[in-house]
Amino acid sequence: MKKLTRRIDKERLLLGLAAPLLALVAALVVTALVILATGKNPGEAFSEMGSYGIASDSQVYILNKATTYYLAGIAVAIGFRMNLFNIGVDGQYRLAAFIAAVLGGALTAPGWIAIPLIILCAMATGALWAGIAGFLKVTRGVSEVISTIMLNAIATSVIAYLLQPGKLAELDEAGTTVRTTPLPKSSYFFSIDTGPSGILWGFLFVAVIVGIAYWFVLGRTRFGFDLRTVGQSETAAAASGVSVKRMVATSMLISGAVAGLIGMPTLLNDSHTFSNDFPAGIGFTGIAIALLGRNSPIGIALGALLWGFLERTTNHLEFEGYDKEILGVIQGVIVLSVVIAYEVVRRYGLKRQQQRVGAELAAQAAATTKKQEVA
Amino acid sequence: MRRVAKLSAACIASAALALTATACGSTSSDNDTSSGSSESGKNGVKIGIAFDVGGRGDRSFNDSAARGADKAKDEFGGEIKELTAKTADTEADREQRLSDLAQAGYNPVIGVGFAYATAMGKVAEKFPKTSFGIIDSVVDAKNVDSITFTEEQGSYLAGVAAALKTKKDHVGFIGGVDTPLIKKFEAGYVQGVKDTKPSVKVDVQYLSRGTDLSGFSSPDKGKEAAQGMLDKGADIIYTAAGSSGNGAIEAVAGSKGAWAIGVDSDQYNIPGLAKYKNSILTSMVKNVDVGVYDFIKSVHDGKPTYGVNSYSLAKDGVSLATSGGFIDDIQPKLDEAKKKIVDGTITVKTTP
Repeated sequence: MKKLTRRIDKERLLLGLAAPLLALVAALVVTALVILATGKNPGEAFSEMGSYGIASDSQVYILNKATTYYLAGIAVAIGFRMNLFNIGVDGQYRLAAFIAAVLGGALTAPGWIAIPLIILCAMATGALWAGIAGFLKVTRGVSEVISTIMLNAIATSVIAYLLQPGKLAELDEAGTTVRTTPLPKSSYFFSIDTGPSGILWGFLFVAVIVGIAYWFVLGRTRFGFDLRTVGQSETAAAASGVSVKRMVATSMLISGAVAGLIGMPTLLNDSHTFSNDFPAGIGFTGIAIALLGRNSPIGIALGALLWGFLERTTNHLEFEGYDKEILGVIQGVIVLSVVIAYEVVRRYGLKRQQQRVGAELAAQAAATTKKQEVA
Repeated sequence: MRRVAKLSAACIASAALALTATACGSTSSDNDTSSGSSESGKNGVKIGIAFDVGGRGDRSFNDSAARGADKAKDEFGGEIKELTAKTADTEADREQRLSDLAQAGYNPVIGVGFAYATAMGKVAEKFPKTSFGIIDSVVDAKNVDSITFTEEQGSYLAGVAAALKTKKDHVGFIGGVDTPLIKKFEAGYVQGVKDTKPSVKVDVQYLSRGTDLSGFSSPDKGKEAAQGMLDKGADIIYTAAGSSGNGAIEAVAGSKGAWAIGVDSDQYNIPGLAKYKNSILTSMVKNVDVGVYDFIKSVHDGKPTYGVNSYSLAKDGVSLATSGGFIDDIQPKLDEAKKKIVDGTITVKTTP
């Protein structure tokens, strides 16, 4: 029996690795074809990407970008594990970053008080905004897909209304950008200066802690078990005594709270203010990354790093004379091939399992008939 | 099963980390084989230009900058390297773009649009020997030329023309996004209308607000807004909204007796808008090409113009286009208004 489980383990592991590898290879092939179609040499492009992407300043860029993307991926994944599609991560993080930036600009407290307050404020705002969708779902049965999309648009309008000189914002020195009052220097999050390679954002460590917490809560606590159960089958969860409604509401709140963190690396480590060019659309990137990482804390990290790598290197490809649209093509192809590859591998695994179970049953049946014959 | 999966995951993670660690030490610029800025100037100028979203071919703002660079290239020889912004850009992407250009020895490096301001401040410090130019913003650094335009003055003239030409005493202004820059257009236009004929009503509408920048690139929104203003009785509409303006012009062309006022380029002469050109009263032209050309020339001559260079009405940095001859009859009054702005009798507001 022990031998059997070990065999299955190896097989599942192989299958688990096969899917992302298959996806990456497929994506590479398609991208190579696209580059070929534009009349360029894909081999050169890939080697250019490789050598540029591993340079030390690229590493810093990629880690900084991945910090933000990782948080976005986790925020989305929390919903996914629960079978909730939180498309509203985008609106949640933007509103949270805006409110937190306003608070941060107004605070005069020393950093060790101000920074946690700013982060908590962002998490609370994100949670509240997501909570609206959770509340609607629990009380009125409104699909969270619809309500969160709408809440994204509402968040955009709320920010547009409040981000005006004289309301909660001001003009910058050049008079071209509207922004919130910049944070005082004491409220900057710590960062690591790597010299010529650039500045590594300290928020990377927060992202790592969030990742560990995600793994621990989902995999090692009763709450996490309940959450995954609800995600797999609501009726089974209800039958085993889990309050589905409460789980929906709580996981929406947690997803929103993590979404609130997405804007923090940029706010506390980079821009120190929320202006009308604050990066938008990261919530949607998070969906792609959560899909890519199959909701696993390590998978999402790899996905986030891959995304950062692709952005860094395709920016450079444009400089080398390749078309800048290559980035969109590669990203789209990767997500598509990931989804397809996982489905293919899942079906293959299922088939193998069925065959094996069938074979075992047949063997068992044969054994019993033999026994009967003996008797 | 769990243990194995975790173990393998840990292995992959540490392998990835190790890989990262080994590569530490050399930056992309060390790997770069091209020699620095020393070789520029030998065969003409090496112009590095970072466009705003839309890039070359937007028929308006970016194209105007491209014209200036093209002219300089034709005159002095050399080459142009162009990079274009994406909508999802972060500060780091803009910095990368500018430093890639400077690193590869392009000099001057020009950032088209105020979005590059912060990034340019940082990059200019790293490359003190390279000349940088920024359009529509001010960067406080020793080696940066800040090329700005007095959009409000040109818009004032557009307002004067609108007030003189309207038959229903009702005109409109459509802005792309309510950024401070576009508000300068609105402020000048409204003031121009009111100073000329206080009884004229001005409708003001923005296509999108705040962080939603879609108003600069949605011809459908422009068309809808213009149609709404026409329905309410406006007969002259001034649109400062990037490519959304094309939609507004289309709507105006469909309404008899109504006029559109174009922006940035002389839109009467733009082939893509030829169908509607008889409805384009004039355009508030912003001579970004002149600013770009002047700066490249100064670098080529070895005497780069640093500091703030404001292209005002007095220097013909902004002007009203006369193509089509629709405003010939009111030209004396426009000249008079221009004179008053130039000599300071009229101060045009920059905020509504």
